[in-house]
Amino acid sequence: LERSPPQSPGPGKAGDAPNRRSGHVQGARVLSPPGRRARLSSPGPSRSSEAREELRRRLLGLIERSRVVIFSKSYCPHSTRVKELFSSLGVECNVLELDQVDDGARVQEVLSEITNQKTVPNIFVNKVHVGGCDQTFQAYQSGLLQKLLQEDSAYDYDLIIIGGGSGGLSCAKEAAILGKKVMVLDFVVPSPQGTSWGLGGTCVNVGCIPKKLMHQAALLGQALCDSRKFGWEYNQQVRHNWETMTKAIQNHISSLNWGYRLSLREKAVAYVNSYGEFVEHHKIKATNKKGQETYYTAAQFVIATGERPRYLGIQGDKEYCITSDDLFSLPYCPGKTLVVGASYVALECAGFLAGFGLDVTVMVRSILLRGFDQEMAEKVGSYMEQHGVKFLRKFIPVMVQQLEKGSPGKLKVLAKSSEGTETIEEVYNTVLLAIGRDSCTRKIGLEKIGVKINEKSGKIPVNDVEQTNVPYVYAVGDILEDKPELTPVAIQSGKLLARRLFGASLEKIYHTLFWPLEWTVAGRENNTCYAKIICNKFDHDRVIGFHILGPNAGEVTQGFAAAMKCGLTKQLLDDTIGIHPTCGEVFTTLEITKSSGLDITQKGC
Amino acid sequence: MAAMAVALRGLGGRFRWRTQAVAGGVRGAARGAAAGQRDYDLLVVGGGSGGLACAKEAAQLGRKVAVVDYVEPSPQGTRWGLGGTCVNVGCIPKKLMHQAALLGGLIQDAPHYGWEVAQPVLHDWRKMAEAVQNHVKSLNWGHRVQLQDRKVKYFNIKASFVDEHTVCGVAKGGKEILLSADHIIIATGGRPRYPTHIEGALEYGITSDDIFWLKESPGKTLVVGASYVALECAGFLTGIGLDTTIMMRSIPLRGFDQQMSSLVIEHMASHGTRFLRGCAPSRVRRLPDGQLQVTWEDRATGKEDMGTFDTVLWAIGRVPDTRSLNLEKAGVDTSPDTQKILVDSREATSVPHIYAIGDVVEGRPELTPTAIMAGRLLVQRLFGGSSDLMDYDNVPTTVFTPLEYGCVGLSEEEAVARHGQEHVEVYHAHYKPLEFTVAGRDASQCYVKMVCLREPPQLLLGLHFLGPNAGEVTQGFALGIKCGASYAQVMRTVGIHPTCSEEVVKLRISKRSGLDPTVTGC
Repeated sequence: LERSPPQSPGPGKAGDAPNRRSGHVQGARVLSPPGRRARLSSPGPSRSSEAREELRRRLLGLIERSRVVIFSKSYCPHSTRVKELFSSLGVECNVLELDQVDDGARVQEVLSEITNQKTVPNIFVNKVHVGGCDQTFQAYQSGLLQKLLQEDSAYDYDLIIIGGGSGGLSCAKEAAILGKKVMVLDFVVPSPQGTSWGLGGTCVNVGCIPKKLMHQAALLGQALCDSRKFGWEYNQQVRHNWETMTKAIQNHISSLNWGYRLSLREKAVAYVNSYGEFVEHHKIKATNKKGQETYYTAAQFVIATGERPRYLGIQGDKEYCITSDDLFSLPYCPGKTLVVGASYVALECAGFLAGFGLDVTVMVRSILLRGFDQEMAEKVGSYMEQHGVKFLRKFIPVMVQQLEKGSPGKLKVLAKSSEGTETIEEVYNTVLLAIGRDSCTRKIGLEKIGVKINEKSGKIPVNDVEQTNVPYVYAVGDILEDKPELTPVAIQSGKLLARRLFGASLEKIYHTLFWPLEWTVAGRENNTCYAKIICNKFDHDRVIGFHILGPNAGEVTQGFAAAMKCGLTKQLLDDTIGIHPTCGEVFTTLEITKSSGLDITQKGC
Repeated sequence: MAAMAVALRGLGGRFRWRTQAVAGGVRGAARGAAAGQRDYDLLVVGGGSGGLACAKEAAQLGRKVAVVDYVEPSPQGTRWGLGGTCVNVGCIPKKLMHQAALLGGLIQDAPHYGWEVAQPVLHDWRKMAEAVQNHVKSLNWGHRVQLQDRKVKYFNIKASFVDEHTVCGVAKGGKEILLSADHIIIATGGRPRYPTHIEGALEYGITSDDIFWLKESPGKTLVVGASYVALECAGFLTGIGLDTTIMMRSIPLRGFDQQMSSLVIEHMASHGTRFLRGCAPSRVRRLPDGQLQVTWEDRATGKEDMGTFDTVLWAIGRVPDTRSLNLEKAGVDTSPDTQKILVDSREATSVPHIYAIGDVVEGRPELTPTAIMAGRLLVQRLFGGSSDLMDYDNVPTTVFTPLEYGCVGLSEEEAVARHGQEHVEVYHAHYKPLEFTVAGRDASQCYVKMVCLREPPQLLLGLHFLGPNAGEVTQGFALGIKCGASYAQVMRTVGIHPTCSEEVVKLRISKRSGLDPTVTGC
């Protein structure tokens, strides 16, 4: 049972390696191993309030996670007495010797802010501040100390995870492997159209998995066309059957749902199909489908509730429109479809629907794929346009009306220009909203225990150990508020500095168009697939951006991502031998910089 | 005019040393011989990937360059245009036919994904071959145009050395021409080996030089050999519905990781390719009905067996194209065992201004991109003031068998041999590509393993990937190895979901642990 906090730099187990300085405290865990100085705050000279806030949060975390914490000094006789007391009670405690850690003085400062007590020893039992040596002995004599110690077992679970998606499940399994008593609460609130699903969250049920399978189905349609050019012969009449595909995909998903339940059971994680909501500190209310309420308590919580698709808030949207929550299990072919939005979800869905031969229109308020490289985004858009997807730019829907019921029915959509006063009206079978996703953080009682959320986005701010402002509550996955990622920040400031110093652009961009070999014989368009890297001129041409538009883009990108982690430079790209003939090899022979303006269309091999 | 120049050059060539000795006086006789007055700054012998890369690079650096290329017809009479093995009888047509076979698999997948495809589904060899050949011809043309654009002189002649600065070329009609140059690069590549000791081998058998140019389907085919060429050819032939058998003497894919190689074979066997292992052919005869009767010996039992095939394809290795070059005239040394040209790390042969790159060189990987890179670096050293040497370590490659095998770095065997079992950690996983699930495909052989040093930070020594799009997956990780990636760094890379390559960054189970490496769950 590992109890030392993650920020402790070494295995501080007294049992394994007796600590000479505090070896007389039996069963005590010493946070500072002999010969090494521990730090609780991040290294660096910064004494900023930010660093101080961070230290404070970590101390609170340590207090939250420990049954007993003694902030002590190794030479202090009062500290020794307290340590001996707990030792005689047979209680294991975390001891932090402030004279043996680098930032002991700062720890003491922060402790005094938290507890209003400036001296050591400073003792916490089950998150309760007991006080110094005298108060501890008083508490022992009055029996309060024993009561406080008992409360440890009062929690039903070590860890309750709210949300059974990818993040929540991996967290649950990991904690269970570490010997913790874990519960997962997962409950899918049906979509406005009544769609609901099993364990596994967005990715498995209404995200990555069904989306890539439908994408694969669309690619197969293309492969069928190609195959004739490669000598395959069969009846010209090829039709796509939505029901067959959806059933096959849903079967696969069901097997995954089942697999998740099984693996939770194998690891003895309690799974409850109920909606979880905080009611007070360390306590949660779980409401099942029938409305029955049960209460559970836990020492720690992880919020992993993820996100759900956003609605427009216009007349008819919740009644008649569907979202990605509904599309993948739609029991009928959507027919002529309007996709509203320009997120990757919108474009992916529009792409595969068009691939099945459906009439698809994408309505875009402003730009495609916000946050992605805009050159790539525009290329994605124009490729889709060439392949039959219609785009209505700078329009927003204002009303959706049902003209006819059915599977699918008929919907009239009224849209207006986002710039002028122009309006358009069109009839579709299906309207798919893909305008963004909202965090599921507002109806889970976070306000009851004081977990801060970003009021605007609903996202939860956390520190770099995924801890919220309430130390025993953590958050993972889509609901995290964008933390300043260090690399881009560094790149950004480096960029600004370089520009100030040299008045020049920082990046060197190499790019090329290419023609996948498989496309040649198939007679698919040349000079459509595109590869681009962005290098930092002032850092040995380090590759800071990698973009590829073409088949198997995911498979190609993964390895380069690993290489970028290891400091990939243009020189190394040039020195690497291509694998012939692949698409990935174009990155080993990039020669033309964008600033040169040279022609990048492909002719030879 | 041309004839006169040839005659003069011939004279100069023959008496080179003498004329050079008196070069100051007799200018006319010395033409084409003395340094600076030779026909070209660079002469490239062989118009394959490596040779063309050299020529184009040198032309770009402002040099006067000529390329000579000549395709000696195969014993079956197959010939092709400019571009060498890769373009004409290698990578390009092979990957296109592999793609044709993959499409056959996708047609079978399609109904699972809702596509209603009426039976029967047939494959027309002629249509495929014509499409592939048309693409190859367009590439031949493209190469000629590129040479023209860069003002590289191209001669379709068969070259042999006259002396160390002069090459004699014979054109198709028998006309001879002499070309001299300051620097000469030999990039003549290799050709398939024929087992000439086997009766009927040369007469009735074909090789990879012929298969891509066959007008008619090869029908029931026996592929002899266990090289990647053998496995790739057998793979696509099986994939387009032909009855295909591989006969191999010993191990498949010698030099590759043997665990991966066995999985490749296992996958092929489970998808219809027949295997005759431990067998060696002894005779090929043509039966009256035109079929070929092959006799072979089972090397374990010594028993003889026999079978009939429409086509016998030899894929037992390649020999360098050096015999007709008259290398001894120039003083270029070759290996007595392999006849390949011996070079140093600067690609220089035993004659300092004669270089060799690509498949014709002893001890080099026989891969297009290595030849291209080696050629370009060589030319940059010759004419561009560079001193960068080619790094032949960690060359990534992919075998395009039906289940593709991509690798970079050391095989597990090689890692253990170099570092010792105790110092090597192998992480591995059996995974199932998402696309296989709905299609109901068997993924027993989809497997990935990463060979690392055991000591932290566990530097990556090799990566081996068996699965769809292996080439695309492997390329980026080859960069990773170039950057000195460690296991820890790869594990800190966020996966791209759902792809096959994310399995690489999710490798958690070591072989040493003995745990089940089957990936379950997301």
